[in-house]
Amino acid sequence: MAGVASSSRQRSRIAPYLMILPALAYLAVFFVVPFFSLARTSLSSSGGSVFMPKLTFAWDFGNYTDAFSLYQDQILRSFGYAFVATILCLLLAFPLAYVIAFKAGRYKNLLLGLVILPFFVTFLIRTLAWKTILADDGWVVDLLGTMGALPSEGRLLSTSWAVIGGLTYNWIIFMILPLYVSLEKIDPRLLEASRDLYSPNRRTFGKVILPLALPGVLAGSMLVFIPSVGDFINADYLGSTQTTMIGNVIQKQFLVVKDYPAAAALSLGLMALILVGVLLYTRALGTEDLV
Amino acid sequence: MTIQDRIAEANAQAGEIKPKKPLLGGIRFGDSALRVVAGLVLFYLFLPIFVIILFSFNDPKGKFNYTWQGFTLKNWADPFRYPALTGALKMSLNIAAVSTAIAVVLGTLVAIALVRQRFRGSKAVDTFLVLPLTAPEVVMGASLLTLFLDFGWASGYSTILIAHIAFEISFIAMTVRARVRGFDWTLEDASMDLGASPTRTFFKVTLPLIVPGIVAAAMLSFALSLDDFIITYFVSGSTVTYPLYVNAAVKAAVPPQINVLATAILAISLLLLAVGTLYRRKRIVG
Repeated sequence: MAGVASSSRQRSRIAPYLMILPALAYLAVFFVVPFFSLARTSLSSSGGSVFMPKLTFAWDFGNYTDAFSLYQDQILRSFGYAFVATILCLLLAFPLAYVIAFKAGRYKNLLLGLVILPFFVTFLIRTLAWKTILADDGWVVDLLGTMGALPSEGRLLSTSWAVIGGLTYNWIIFMILPLYVSLEKIDPRLLEASRDLYSPNRRTFGKVILPLALPGVLAGSMLVFIPSVGDFINADYLGSTQTTMIGNVIQKQFLVVKDYPAAAALSLGLMALILVGVLLYTRALGTEDLV
Repeated sequence: MTIQDRIAEANAQAGEIKPKKPLLGGIRFGDSALRVVAGLVLFYLFLPIFVIILFSFNDPKGKFNYTWQGFTLKNWADPFRYPALTGALKMSLNIAAVSTAIAVVLGTLVAIALVRQRFRGSKAVDTFLVLPLTAPEVVMGASLLTLFLDFGWASGYSTILIAHIAFEISFIAMTVRARVRGFDWTLEDASMDLGASPTRTFFKVTLPLIVPGIVAAAMLSFALSLDDFIITYFVSGSTVTYPLYVNAAVKAAVPPQINVLATAILAISLLLLAVGTLYRRKRIVG
């Protein structure tokens, strides 16, 4: 009997490594190695003609300084838009997540299903629908015009706010779900205790609910901020040439202009900025609340 | 002053200083305000969906389906009118199914290893798995493109498949891990103590425990693959998926059939969601 136990224990010592090996090997080849390709490309200098570009590796750090000085506006705009969109997502998602977690009763699962449902429509078609909603002759512009919130020749489409609105809409689900999960974990008895001890609502919110919801707030903010920073569809469909983001530049440099070194330098720079934030985050809070 | 007066006075004073009543009133007011705000946010989530459904019945005059012209049923009568659109949708379904099938195996193995066994480096594996989720799609697409260029691989079906599996593994591993955490794994020991073979234990005990988590993860992965535009855009070559078709249409001509198929997909998802809920309820009751 002892022999059986020890052999099964021995087997289980190698077993986890065998189980993680295929996935890790796959991610090593198709997630890690691509970054080396990207890094090599970003340090190459381009030669040859436009039709037959020829890259030679040259430790060319000039690609980075060139790219970052040339596209400084787009980089700042991307981080600004993503930041505002994240705040808007938080403000919109919190009341909804709160009501679903505490007030929905038996309709909880139904409401969760309803919240997820719009995201079964392809991202691009959702964004196109906003193009219709925000159109110059649409009812939203009309309504805001009559209310006086928008000047008579004012428009929504092709403005920064249209792009930010699109970013907010497209990723708000990644804010609602983690917020809901962390609110749902709160023991309602804590809220009762706080109330029984005559804590005013505002203080219960600040001292009990908010601290306990913090992991959800942070996870949601990251899950909204990252795809927003790198997006180019919202700026493409809802914005104008004045609202291009870093994603638009990377996409254009890679797929249209085919200036691979500059595009690679921009991509890696963006990734580096984000990675610093993520590592700080996981060090502080772990990975449990991310999905 | 009679006893009754004193009681009345005391009651009145108690009523004045009693903080609970106005507080409760405050809660109730805040409560309904909160519900209204939540309702408005829910409406906001559905607003574009209403527009998409409405415009599937539109009879557009020009090439673009952006302004309302008039009601018609002819788009619904002929949903597969554009073979390129139908072909793109089939391509997307194919890629979603194949990539999910592969990624589910890889991702689930990692998830089970992480939940069930403590091993050296599991923390590092954990952090490593999160990284693909934190890379913006544009960066992941760009890095895969440079890899394929370095390898000299032509972009197309297989490169899309490779890219989709790469971002699905982490999603599946994280979802399955979240679902199977907290299970009572001593049930396996119990099964084996009662004489079941490891194989039998796996099929009769382990698998039924983890299958719901795996199904949820697979559905998520399928939806993500079907919806992916940015990464696919970088590695697609001349292969056209459903989102890629939509993007090309935006530049040239948007047929209302796009809305018809989007509405149909939504309806099918809704149906699956309802069936799933009823099935779960029946299992709990029965």
